[in-house]
Amino acid sequence: MYRYFPHTSSDLQAMQQAVGIGSPDELFADIPAEARLQRDYDLPASASEMEVRRFFEGLAQESGTPRAIFAGAGCYNHYTPSIVKSLTARSEFLTSYTPYQAEISQGTLHYIFEYQSMIAELTQMDISNASMYDGATATAEAAMMAWANAKKATCVAISATVDPKVRQVVETYAHFHGFAIQTIAATGGTTDREALSGMLAKGGVAGVIVQQPNYYGIVEDLTGIADEVHAQKGLFIVNANPFDLALLRTPGEWGADIAVGEGQSLGIPMTLGGPGVGYMACSEKLMRKMPGRIVGQTLDNRGQRAFVLTLQAREQHIRRQKATSNICSNQSLMALFVTIYLATMGPEGLREAAQQSYTLAHELHDMLVATGRFKPTFASQPFFNEFCLDYDGDLDVLCSALEAKGIVPGVRTGLHTIMIAATEQNTRQQLHDYVQTVKAL
Amino acid sequence: MNNKLYGKLIFELSHPGRKGCALQQLPASHHSATDLPAHLLRSAAPRLPECDELTVARHYTNLSHDNFGVNDGFYPLGSCTMKYNPAIDEEVAAIGAFAATHPEQAMHHDHPMLRIYTQLRQALAELTGLSEFTLNPCAGAHGELTGLMIIRAYHEHRGDAARTKVLIPDSAHGTNPASAAVCGLEVVEVRSLPDGTIDVSHLEELLSAIGSEVAAMMMTNPNTLGIFEPRVLDITAKVHAAGGLMYYDGANLNALLGCCRPGDMGFDVCHVNLHKTFATPHGGGGPGSGPVGVRKGLEAFLPLPYVMVDAEGRHRVLTRREERPLSIGSIGAYLGNYGVLIKALAYILSLGREELRHVGPLATLNANYVKEQLRDTFLLPIDRVCKHECVFDGLADKSTGVTTMDVAKRLLDYGYHAPTIYFPLLFHESLMIEPTENESKETLDAFIAVMHKIAEEAQSDPEMVKTAPHSTPIGRVDDVLAAKHPVTTYWKSLEK
Amino acid sequence: MATFESGLRYSESHEYVRTEGEYAYIGISDYAQHALGNIVYVDMPEVDDEVSAGEEFGAVESVKAASDLISPVSGTVVEVNSALDDEPELLNKDAFANWIIKVQMSDPSELDSLMDVEAYKAHCEA
Repeated sequence: MYRYFPHTSSDLQAMQQAVGIGSPDELFADIPAEARLQRDYDLPASASEMEVRRFFEGLAQESGTPRAIFAGAGCYNHYTPSIVKSLTARSEFLTSYTPYQAEISQGTLHYIFEYQSMIAELTQMDISNASMYDGATATAEAAMMAWANAKKATCVAISATVDPKVRQVVETYAHFHGFAIQTIAATGGTTDREALSGMLAKGGVAGVIVQQPNYYGIVEDLTGIADEVHAQKGLFIVNANPFDLALLRTPGEWGADIAVGEGQSLGIPMTLGGPGVGYMACSEKLMRKMPGRIVGQTLDNRGQRAFVLTLQAREQHIRRQKATSNICSNQSLMALFVTIYLATMGPEGLREAAQQSYTLAHELHDMLVATGRFKPTFASQPFFNEFCLDYDGDLDVLCSALEAKGIVPGVRTGLHTIMIAATEQNTRQQLHDYVQTVKAL
Repeated sequence: MNNKLYGKLIFELSHPGRKGCALQQLPASHHSATDLPAHLLRSAAPRLPECDELTVARHYTNLSHDNFGVNDGFYPLGSCTMKYNPAIDEEVAAIGAFAATHPEQAMHHDHPMLRIYTQLRQALAELTGLSEFTLNPCAGAHGELTGLMIIRAYHEHRGDAARTKVLIPDSAHGTNPASAAVCGLEVVEVRSLPDGTIDVSHLEELLSAIGSEVAAMMMTNPNTLGIFEPRVLDITAKVHAAGGLMYYDGANLNALLGCCRPGDMGFDVCHVNLHKTFATPHGGGGPGSGPVGVRKGLEAFLPLPYVMVDAEGRHRVLTRREERPLSIGSIGAYLGNYGVLIKALAYILSLGREELRHVGPLATLNANYVKEQLRDTFLLPIDRVCKHECVFDGLADKSTGVTTMDVAKRLLDYGYHAPTIYFPLLFHESLMIEPTENESKETLDAFIAVMHKIAEEAQSDPEMVKTAPHSTPIGRVDDVLAAKHPVTTYWKSLEK
Repeated sequence: MATFESGLRYSESHEYVRTEGEYAYIGISDYAQHALGNIVYVDMPEVDDEVSAGEEFGAVESVKAASDLISPVSGTVVEVNSALDDEPELLNKDAFANWIIKVQMSDPSELDSLMDVEAYKAHCEA
């Protein structure tokens, strides 16, 4: 009949007879006539595979592929090795669902266990869940965890240097869940430690959220924050870019109770920002308060090592209205991207890619400042692979000139300010082209 | 086939000095991350596996052999709508130009990726009979939360903040009450009748007692038993009369595709699961996508980022609250699981207006066919026409001691995924079968034959059924051990 | 079959109280442990925490269920049964021998509103 419906007319006849009806319509007799759809959908006619392909390929061609990308702000153009794409496309991974039946889902359970181990290692936290929607919602879930954990609290505090997109999501969740968000002021592009101490001294802070590197790309010195927060019985939450943790001090080393962030930087294509993957890891004492799925190791009845969804009593389908999170899935396939990416890169490859990102960003920074047209927005702050510069001319004109050359110049954060990121996919030639375009104006 | 060597944990296949990638050669530079102050750097390199590319390829290929997907065989997992995921959808979603688009790069007002977004949301509005959609929610549960936020914002905007209760049928999936609780709403259960439909007189009682506090009622239709709520128009009218809104949980929308639309049944807000109804792959648990649609008058509350289209068809992505003052705010950093949206649009374009009309009827015919063929050997607690799925309460003969769990596990031996078990909670031995419209009569007949065979085995050799599965890579797992002494990382497993 | 121990007071949410002067030992009934199945974790308060009658003070988790613990009396926690940290299954083995918390009661008259064993047995059978 049709490519996705195998029913022939003789099948239909035999099946209708078995069910005791004359036409499938009789199966809908219980739907009130007023609610029945009495017309055709106002949609295009069925398209062949060739037409569908032509439609999307046409759009893709129109969309175009930039020659060089220097935009970041939470979504980074790191390279996805071919092996990651080829293995994640396997239908056994792609077309399966939640691994409820452990006996025929060891593939999924096994890689989630590996993913959890890798995230725990990168962040140096005790345990990780099986992943969440994105870094922003993972941060909001961490805020709700802190709120649920606090006995007497009035708010969760978040640094003004956290990505505004993440802060907006945290604020939305907090508003509806019923707790306040206090913003910790920033000074010189980093969290204002005096403002933070003042806020903590007043009490009632269930948790403190900071980002590393922060929104502006600056690597913040978080020394002492954990102790200050713990002295007030709050939780310390660090939103960290996991790619950068190849080299940077980890949430675990900073004393975090919860580490969260966006895992897109670990080998996931940008695709307009999704699907990515949110990660969440925490200390062992918070294990049973952590939302999301968790895979654990156990034995089967033949004595073999096996993996299974565990600690499910925490989850929404058991807790119902007592649940502190409603998440009931993970971004499993994206967690597989991350797992295979990290297995392919290994510690050395990841370090090298991080090092190149650092090097190219710093070279571009210095070259742009040397043109005399830019000055650092935040002077002498350490950064990793992303930095902010103020331009002395018309940024619209500059960006248009760069875009005309196929260069995505960065993310604009103010009238004169642009945030520029580099990755191992950039080349010195691309840096040169960027700078030459600036000089030509 | 699973190779014992490559089927180990990737950490166990690691050998110091190996790597699976090669980067550009970047000659010496003045800049090195080691220039950063030492206290900003991690003290030891991460213990990631060190493997060559072939080892990675063999390891994950071997793992895939221990999995079961829709492409492997019949997957009648009730309430999950395990349809075929068309190959073309994957191919067009993976086109390089889409993958290489940064979410914050400058976008022309008719950028093709924004037009895809708009075309999909308009198609969903037509298919559901609602006014406008956001495609930002990443999953069904995320959509529920977004929809409830919209409902709360709507009541607050009208100055009716006392509406803090949500009516939810006792047969609902646990995610409904959890979403309500996360949204700061209080759950009030509405009782079901023995046939699984809503007890309208109980609803009336509740509305007369607390009607002015009701923000909304959440409903799945067909309900979690696969039964269409015959009094749906009555229910939506009553809740509306009390000032509440109606929320449609799109979990079971597949049954109605081509037959009726949530908007026409009186629903004000709904989410749809693209990974169920619109054939995008489940991916082992995600990424899904849970777009939310609203009736006319509620559009202003939709979340940020908001893709605005003006009268001339020009697009602009609004991200700031000042530009959409009534919006609930952001529920994710960008425009959701965009890659999934491409797949759903490809599916809708492929089927088009003609074939989409057949989805619900064929799915429903398949479910009723299975129900009629199994009714003698399995206990059918609700004997009436079902929609896209049917529910049994275990084997008809309870004397053998063979449970629904045992039947499910024995099915694995025969190369089938198990149905959903022990949900809905209304019955003790629930076994919920959802054969989608993609399944042929031969597939269903073979499944039915195996189900009959298992019923016979339960008589002749119950012990064998109770210890199933026997032919899977692993046997039944020890859940208690896993939960009592949680080992959730490789590092923890080394401690023993 | 669930067993019932006389001489204790019971709540509707299946906690029991054994009193010793001003102290109350609080646990879950044998009926409750049967209903939960294999218990894998007991979430307990800390010493010196305040508990109030009718309010939650912790939770008991089995593989497939989680149940809040509701305090039958008000007072201050003076001891928690830390053996349950490592061996939560003790509640399955003998629910009455293994109390969960010991509370110094602030209002012993609250005991009067709890059920005796006969009333509790009837409550479970209903």
